[in-house]
Amino acid sequence: MSSLAEKYPDEVKAILAKYPPEHKRSAVMPLLYLAQRDGGGYITKAAMEDVAQIVGISVSDVAAVVGFYSLYHDKPAGKYRIQVCTDVACALRGADKFVEELCDNLGIKIGETTPDGLVTVEEVKCLAACNHAPVFQVQTPDGLTYHQDMDIKATLELIEQWRKKSS
Amino acid sequence: MSEHILLRHRDIPNIKDLAVYQAHGGFEAFRKAVTEMQPDEVTDEVKKSGLRGRGGAGFPTGLKWAFMDKRNWPHYVIANGDESEPGTFKDREIMEENPFQFLEGVAIASYAVGAHRAYVYLRGEFWHVAKWLDQKIAEMEAAGLLGDNIFGTDYSLRIYTHLGAGAYICGEETALMESLEGKRGQPRLRPPFPPTYGLYGKPTVINNVETLTNVPMIIANGADWYHTFGTEKSPGVKIFSLSGRVNKPGNYELPLGTTFRELIYEHGGGIIGGKKIKAIMPAGASSSLLPATDEVLDTPMDYESVPKVGGMLGSASVIVLDETVSIAWLVKKTTNFFREESCGKCTPCREGTYWMERLTERIASGQGTPRDVETLYAVAKQIQGKTFCPLGEFSTMAVVTGIERFREDFDAAVKER
Ligand SMILES: Cc1cc2nc3c(=O)[nH]c(=O)nc-3n(C[C@H](O)[C@H](O)[C@H](O)COP(=O)(O)O)c2cc1C
Ligand code: SF4
Ligand code: FES
Repeated sequence: MSSLAEKYPDEVKAILAKYPPEHKRSAVMPLLYLAQRDGGGYITKAAMEDVAQIVGISVSDVAAVVGFYSLYHDKPAGKYRIQVCTDVACALRGADKFVEELCDNLGIKIGETTPDGLVTVEEVKCLAACNHAPVFQVQTPDGLTYHQDMDIKATLELIEQWRKKSS
Repeated sequence: MSEHILLRHRDIPNIKDLAVYQAHGGFEAFRKAVTEMQPDEVTDEVKKSGLRGRGGAGFPTGLKWAFMDKRNWPHYVIANGDESEPGTFKDREIMEENPFQFLEGVAIASYAVGAHRAYVYLRGEFWHVAKWLDQKIAEMEAAGLLGDNIFGTDYSLRIYTHLGAGAYICGEETALMESLEGKRGQPRLRPPFPPTYGLYGKPTVINNVETLTNVPMIIANGADWYHTFGTEKSPGVKIFSLSGRVNKPGNYELPLGTTFRELIYEHGGGIIGGKKIKAIMPAGASSSLLPATDEVLDTPMDYESVPKVGGMLGSASVIVLDETVSIAWLVKKTTNFFREESCGKCTPCREGTYWMERLTERIASGQGTPRDVETLYAVAKQIQGKTFCPLGEFSTMAVVTGIERFREDFDAAVKER
């Protein structure tokens, strides 16, 4: 097994440098993002062991952190996770209908992944973009992007672009 | 307002470039503080300005800084950029469009309390903001505005970003510190408060992004200048995030004390389709529901006036509901939010939000009975006063005020079966 520290020595070093040396544990969250990127969108048990070792805490402490936060995943899903805000302010501007239509178009239900493994649709809480509903973020192994003031047509076009890029 | 104090990018194009920011007086307040003022003088000026925390509680900022325990070092400063209250989207605009003014505020606060290390805690969804601020911080370092011997003095400071990973509770200051320490974001018992026991157990000032963005202007122009805006007890300006059933949702920077009516009808362009306004949530999903009477619409939005009509100013995220919205549906949305975001540490909140969600779902879907409404009200009342942190209390606000003030919507929902 090649560890994160061996694979990404500079990044691991830069992450650790953000925190006082005696408080290495603070690096858990950024290291988990690195592990998630490395794992193609989710964090394996082995990666958690690796992170635990770097910061010097137990694997169960790392697993507890992974379990607590919604942006860490311990299971694979679609390459692109479309996370639509259906919280109060967006729902007042049609977000529920948007996510329903999107799912219908993709032939999946909320929380499911398209058969080709490209897209998972999820509902999330407020993204601090309530004036731009419908809004979703796309989580990929590499990070997050916001898509604001969206409609179904533009969203399906975006998915089509990803499909071309991935095939 | 034609000239903004916080959203200055709307007046000055490219203020996000360091050269442009500096050409408009940028970092002169930080220079003045570090080279001409004692740290306590900076704190005093902020105290005199009357600036109050913009993150929700409205606590006087200068007073908070003065509480820092000077027998225990090092000191830390944290900027709270978690911005997760549904309806709130002001800090993001500040950090994206006017990043240096915010970072200058962090720097001045750090100097005032003797911190050499400051963290900007960002919700995980602000991944792009973190990258952006990292770039801006690097530019400041390259220009000698951060690092060692700032402005030729022996003051040194470094600012770091830290990304959360999707948890509303991490906006609560002690949960945020747990998270920054690499743990699950669950609140700590308070007191002790952060100025005594904060990050890594050390004295810590934690302020909201908008709060800190006021600071450079206060130091540059003086406390008296700041008092020319707003009201006597709530001086200054505030960014109101306006959303919901209005024609022009968005951020509006206005003096504290502006009325709901002016915000919604003059700035927000009124209600979609000319419909009738029904209710206002002045502080996001955590709000009490205010019936949109003339009295409420003419209420000045400041820390003293909103409680007089049965609400709180909070983070001033004003969600507008019109006559098409059923309050039974609305509380289903808010309880779903709080059930999801309850951190699970204490039973009244963990179990209570679960039961409130089940009941509100049943009622909103037309499957409920009048008894369910009674039970829902009783559950919410039982949660109040028994939770470990304010989130539990927040979860009950829309439910209790919804049933008390909009009973007819619940009656209609349970009769329709
Ligand atoms: C459940 C909960 C969520 C909160 N979320 C935020 C938030 O997202 N941003 C914020 O600045 N303050 C938030 N606060 C308030 C903080 O605990 C704290 O009071 C604030 O950061 C202090 O800064 P200020 O004095 O500048 O307002 C939250 C509080 C609670 C109880
Ligand atoms: S009130 Fe809710 S969020 Fe706060 S500590 Fe208790 S369970 Fe956690
Ligand atoms: S409610 Fe959807 S972004 Fe705020």
